[in-house]
Amino acid sequence: MMLFPLVTLIAFGAAVLYSAAGGSMQPYAQSHLIRFAVFLVMAAIMTRFTREWVKFLAYPIYAVVLILLIAVEAIGAIGGGSQRWLNLGFIVLQPSELMKPAIVLALARFYDTLPPGMTGTWRAIVPAGLLLAAPVCLVLLQPDLGTSLALVFGGVVVMFLAGLPLRWFVLGAVGAAIAAPLAFFFGLQEYQQRRVFTFLDPESDPLGSGYHITQSKIAIGSGGLSGKGFNEGSQSHLNYLPEPHTDFVFSTMAEEWGLIGGLVVIGIFVLILGWGLRVARRSTDRFASLLAAGMVATIFFYVVINLMMVMGLAPVVGIPLPFMSHGGSSMLTNMLCIGALMMINRWNHGQRGRTFSS
Amino acid sequence: MIFGKRGREVISSSILQNRFDRRTFALGAVQSGFALLLAGRMGYIAIAENEKYELEAESNRVNLSLIPPRRGWILDRNNAPLASNRADFRVDVIPERMADPEGTIDQLAELLALDPARVADVKSKVATARNYQPVEVASGLDYDQFAAVSVRLPDFPGVVPQRGFSRYYPTGPAVGHLIGYVGPASAEEYEEENNPILITPGYKIGKDGLEKQFEQRLRGVPGARRVEVTAAGRIVRDLATREDVQGNPVRTTIDGPLQDYAARRLGLESGSVVVMDCKTGDLLCMSSMPSFDPNSFSDGIGSVEYSMLREDERVPLRNKVLKGLYPPGSTVKPMVSMAFLEAGLDPAASVYCGGGLRVGNRVFRCWKRGGHGTVDMAKGIYQSCDVYFYHFAQQLGMDVIAPMAKRCGMGQEFPLPVTSQFYGTVPDPAWKMRKYEREWQPFDTVNATIGQGYMLASPLQLAVMASRLATGSKLMPRLIINPNDPTPASMNFSPENVRIIQNAMSDVVNGPGTAGRARIPIEGVNMAGKTGTAQVVSLSRSDGKTGDWKYRDHGLFIFFAPFDNPRYAGAVVIEHGGGSGAAYPIARDVVTFMFDPQKGLDALTALEKEWGGTAQQRLNSKYSAYAAAAGESVEPVPRREADIFARVDAEARAAAERPAALANRPATPRPEPVDEEGSAGPPPGTVVTPAAPTTWVR
Repeated sequence: MMLFPLVTLIAFGAAVLYSAAGGSMQPYAQSHLIRFAVFLVMAAIMTRFTREWVKFLAYPIYAVVLILLIAVEAIGAIGGGSQRWLNLGFIVLQPSELMKPAIVLALARFYDTLPPGMTGTWRAIVPAGLLLAAPVCLVLLQPDLGTSLALVFGGVVVMFLAGLPLRWFVLGAVGAAIAAPLAFFFGLQEYQQRRVFTFLDPESDPLGSGYHITQSKIAIGSGGLSGKGFNEGSQSHLNYLPEPHTDFVFSTMAEEWGLIGGLVVIGIFVLILGWGLRVARRSTDRFASLLAAGMVATIFFYVVINLMMVMGLAPVVGIPLPFMSHGGSSMLTNMLCIGALMMINRWNHGQRGRTFSS
Repeated sequence: MIFGKRGREVISSSILQNRFDRRTFALGAVQSGFALLLAGRMGYIAIAENEKYELEAESNRVNLSLIPPRRGWILDRNNAPLASNRADFRVDVIPERMADPEGTIDQLAELLALDPARVADVKSKVATARNYQPVEVASGLDYDQFAAVSVRLPDFPGVVPQRGFSRYYPTGPAVGHLIGYVGPASAEEYEEENNPILITPGYKIGKDGLEKQFEQRLRGVPGARRVEVTAAGRIVRDLATREDVQGNPVRTTIDGPLQDYAARRLGLESGSVVVMDCKTGDLLCMSSMPSFDPNSFSDGIGSVEYSMLREDERVPLRNKVLKGLYPPGSTVKPMVSMAFLEAGLDPAASVYCGGGLRVGNRVFRCWKRGGHGTVDMAKGIYQSCDVYFYHFAQQLGMDVIAPMAKRCGMGQEFPLPVTSQFYGTVPDPAWKMRKYEREWQPFDTVNATIGQGYMLASPLQLAVMASRLATGSKLMPRLIINPNDPTPASMNFSPENVRIIQNAMSDVVNGPGTAGRARIPIEGVNMAGKTGTAQVVSLSRSDGKTGDWKYRDHGLFIFFAPFDNPRYAGAVVIEHGGGSGAAYPIARDVVTFMFDPQKGLDALTALEKEWGGTAQQRLNSKYSAYAAAAGESVEPVPRREADIFARVDAEARAAAERPAALANRPATPRPEPVDEEGSAGPPPGTVVTPAAPTTWVR
């Protein structure tokens, strides 16, 4: 299985969080490990689900999460302010996070049931588009641009892999290229616009909103080849690096472990995502392969956007790094994706016998 | 194939599977591409740009701060500090680093309990500061206040609390004019010198007096401290510290206790006391009152305080020892006598004083309307007979008197470490022609012999004159102890003549003279002196004794003691004191203090009780009364300290010129506050109020 690289990454993440807390298991590393253990059990339970069960539950799960999203929006509207969390008493839920695997599930289910002959027709795009547009619009209202993009990315990848005509995507890309500047100037909040500007030129405002990017690059750059050593990072320990335990956990790591640590982390993600893609390609059944590939895409989006952000290649959007950043919601989402992949892997094995192991 | 194919192709499951395989492959390729891109980007940042970012991380982490050096002490002749340093806690702000200057200052004001005038001053300074110039919010804080600010540092960007040293002047106002004060460097001073130490919070430079003159010697070498700091500016640990090197001390000739005593003894008067050592020329005391408290100037001059000092007609900002010019009045008579003696006049030569002397078609009056009878030189001095001097001055001429005045120090500038000194006027025919293009008149000589008319001198010059006449040595006043100074040259007076003047001046005090009440209440210490009363406005304006303060006569007194073997010489000048009666009791008490400090202090304590406290206490209570009355409607302080004193100097010059307006006619000599011939005055230590106006009229 691929659990070995995953556990390595979690352990490494815990070590970095230990350092980010100033050399202490509290408050980050310990809860990180506990959450992982809990969510790993959840993933193991998920592997027990049968294909039929999952297919049957796909739309209801989507519907429930969508209702939760609406509920968040409603509470926010009543409370007079934007809100992303739903406090259910025993757990603080961020429905937009849950929507990431849920939208993949719903679309996989949709294309699974769509007759192949209709793939090139409006029947293939319009219902799927509505399925995608509803949560994206709700999340945009929060407003949470990063998560909306993640949802769109996951959904579009599933549509792409479902075999929709390539020219639709080309047209879509052209349309997006036209719409993006319009959306930028008319749709985005001012703070979001500023983030884009400072991403383009972080030095223009080194103590203002460019501060995050600049300090993150300083942390990564000063780490050099082998880093400053465990617990020796000055950027994170002296609070120059903002959010050293969540969004900028990679910078914290890179400062202390250097390029070598960075390549190890990137390598592990390559292993995990590669395994996920292989799981997708091995499944013979359309629902499973679309679901698996969509899950891979979701994790991939997290990783790429986060790493590009900390290295100064993308604006600061507030997306954590899977399996390393401290935070329950993102861990839940990513472990749901991993659990789904493990489940599909098990389906594949059940079909092909136990000879395969990857 | 797929792309661009417009025909209605029947799509089957296998085609979709095929597409899925191809497209997942593409997706994998894209993912690998991103992985490579990220790895490459990271390699670029961490390896190629490593040096740059390492440097930036280091400059984030390490904060180098300069430790202001402790200033060298200014010592008196016995090595007691006139200016020292006191450890304290202070809070500065650096306006450029402040997010919300107004709000932060308001919060600080609350934490530190600052008064509104102070807050207004700080705000106006913050608004005009540039070049990362620090602005002092408060100093001399106790630890609790300091800690209260320190713990809130993360909310207060640009606020710098620190433990440091601040300048401390133990005797406060007594040394204000002499020592000057310190303050933060102004933007101009920083631009001039461009030394980063000047904008280190808590660093002060000398702004006036000795502090300014010896700035470089007193300054010292700053220390440095490398500390690891968090992003919020909290210090995590010290990395390395280099101690500061304290500035070198400056040892002055001043006698600290005497300086303080004289300043306090001046009491409510506006005036100055100068005392010199008759062996070396050391200036033992240069007190000028009223004064300012340099301790309260060290954090910048508050606008309320400035306004109070500025509105005071007694000009507390002017150093009257150096920048007060007064008609010397009768105090020039011993000098004029010496000129006569050196010109060959027989001291026994006498003249009959009947209350006036006719010269040409004018009659010049003696101050004593009834006349002195037969007057020789000694009587001319101790009774201050004007006619004696009128008479012989007409015989011997101004060409004898003016050079002697200059030899004795009048009209001279001395090589002293002071920011400026006024040198006054010794008029002679050539000078008058140059300045006014008018011929020298007989009445000009008459005026000059009694120290009126164009003649102007500073208290320092009068003290030098007294010391040179007393000793016959060409004493040069000096302020800094320097063992290499040459021994004073001789004035080349005949010793016999010196003795004549010593005896005549002793008779002023100890004999049948005009200052019997100046007798020193110590057995065996006999002071010699000469009184002087200088008119400042014409008689039609004021009788010089009563009425508007600024029209009253100046009171002057020069002295030396002991009279037959002078050790100390000096001068006391009381502005608008109403006559010499305001001056010589002060000289008496100062000299008493030098020979018997306890006796001197007893006299002072009694007086201070009457005046309402010491000079420092009175200044403090005056300030609080003024601040309460003035509120916020006060004139702002000039931005550059130099302007403050330039303004005062200019006004002083103008004031000094004023008596010259009287010079185009003969002066009316003012009556000396005569005691009964030779009788002992009131017991020493009693207050001498100016004599009641006499019925004397011209």
